[in-house]
Amino acid sequence: MAGHLPSPLAVTLQSEPFVPDIPAETVLKTTPLSEAHAALGAKMVPFAGYSMPVQYAGEHGGVLKEHLWTREHAGLFDVSHMGQARLTGPDVLTAFEALTPGDFQGLMPGKQKYSLLLTDDGGIVDDLMAGRPEPEGLFVVVNGACKANDFRLMGERLAGRVAIERLEDRALIALQGPQAAAVLVRHAPETATMVFMDIRAIDAFGTEAVVSRSGYTGEDGYEISVPAAAAVHVWTTLLSDERVRPIGLGARDSLRLEAGLPLYGHDLDESVSPVEAGLAFAINKPRRRRADFPGAERILGEFAHGCARFRIGLKVLEGAPAREGAEVADETGRPIGVVTSGGFSPTLRQAIALAFVPPLHSEPGTRLQVIVRGKAQGAEVVRLPFVPHRYVRSL
Amino acid sequence: MRFTKDHEWIELEGDVAVIGVTAYAAEQLGDVVFVETPEVGKQVKAGDNLAVVESVKAASDVYAPVSGEVVEANEALADAPETVNAAPEAAGWFAKLKLANPAELDQLMDRPAYEAYLQTL
Repeated sequence: MAGHLPSPLAVTLQSEPFVPDIPAETVLKTTPLSEAHAALGAKMVPFAGYSMPVQYAGEHGGVLKEHLWTREHAGLFDVSHMGQARLTGPDVLTAFEALTPGDFQGLMPGKQKYSLLLTDDGGIVDDLMAGRPEPEGLFVVVNGACKANDFRLMGERLAGRVAIERLEDRALIALQGPQAAAVLVRHAPETATMVFMDIRAIDAFGTEAVVSRSGYTGEDGYEISVPAAAAVHVWTTLLSDERVRPIGLGARDSLRLEAGLPLYGHDLDESVSPVEAGLAFAINKPRRRRADFPGAERILGEFAHGCARFRIGLKVLEGAPAREGAEVADETGRPIGVVTSGGFSPTLRQAIALAFVPPLHSEPGTRLQVIVRGKAQGAEVVRLPFVPHRYVRSL
Repeated sequence: MRFTKDHEWIELEGDVAVIGVTAYAAEQLGDVVFVETPEVGKQVKAGDNLAVVESVKAASDVYAPVSGEVVEANEALADAPETVNAAPEAAGWFAKLKLANPAELDQLMDRPAYEAYLQTL
């Protein structure tokens, strides 16, 4: 028995689609929480150049239980592999618009925005969060696997206008789930008055922290950036609350999949436009009017005339989970697209997938097929997200 | 019960052998959510794909430890794939084979040898 990659079973988890290939000789980086993960019996895997916990040990561990705990209670995630930076400069908000389609000039202090780094052709270099926890500057969080390239690109394109301070001495901890707010308020009372996509610099856990009410699970929750030296204290303090359990990358992936959130390198890459990816909301109205963002010609053309493919959600109605790379066919068996993320949904107890297909086949209710190991299995286009978001947008 | 380095087990019941994956394999796989069992009548050689087991995150092949003909598949796994985690070396069996060459069993490890092998991983 073995994974589909030529690897023994003992390393099957390394063949997971969300783990990028890393040469064996590469020395993996560790996060400030690596010893805490070891103490919890975490199974560690290479991810984005880091040794990261994919799931935890014990009776509450494993992807299914961790996933469901986050949906019902509160899950704690180490996402310190992600790239954090502070961008400063007299016109940093305007300057950042040179690389993104977001209305950063209109971003109010205390708010953050989901945005995209775009190529000059309108392809997606990375997706990111950028916010204003303080009156000055932008606090930016990018994907771990993309961060070296992202910050190189920002450095080149924003040279002379913006200073980029990479915050490699900070950890990032996410607390996600319906009980996250009730847990965090005991340690950081100010967080009670935050709503979805608020971001603040506060004192909490005996240190300074940058806290945003956001996440990657579809649940209410927070992402907490703290100095590396404070990370273990924040982690163990939050874990000491019985409503909180540690959650690995395995459940992080299944949670974001249920939430319909794309994963860079799988659902998004430099060939995919924001319109194709269903991220048109990230092309803010003032930028559409001004047509002054990278790839505006392609992207505005797609708004006007449609695009060749569209990211959709699929429920797999029978058979095995359809995973990344599985072919998508129409009802007659004609190939029309490909699965970019897929797996078993613990909440829905069935296989779900994200795929790219022509707009003609993208309407919810459309019957399609996914081809798994040569077998055609029935699937149906469904509206995203698969599991409703539960963001707290007002108090 | 005999074992392979790929973590299948096989147990002879008369001239039919029951095949599954070991407790070690089930633990490594994590939560099993789908099992594709073989068609009855399928002929396999030792090392051929026999079944596919899917955990929440990954798909893994299960190989035939020996040659033979599939005479029964564990249909109960279709509705209860988690049985592979709960009872990997009992109710979580995958298929029964009518052996083509019982001597092939001698090539496989007994439990002490398999447990010694696990120590090397």
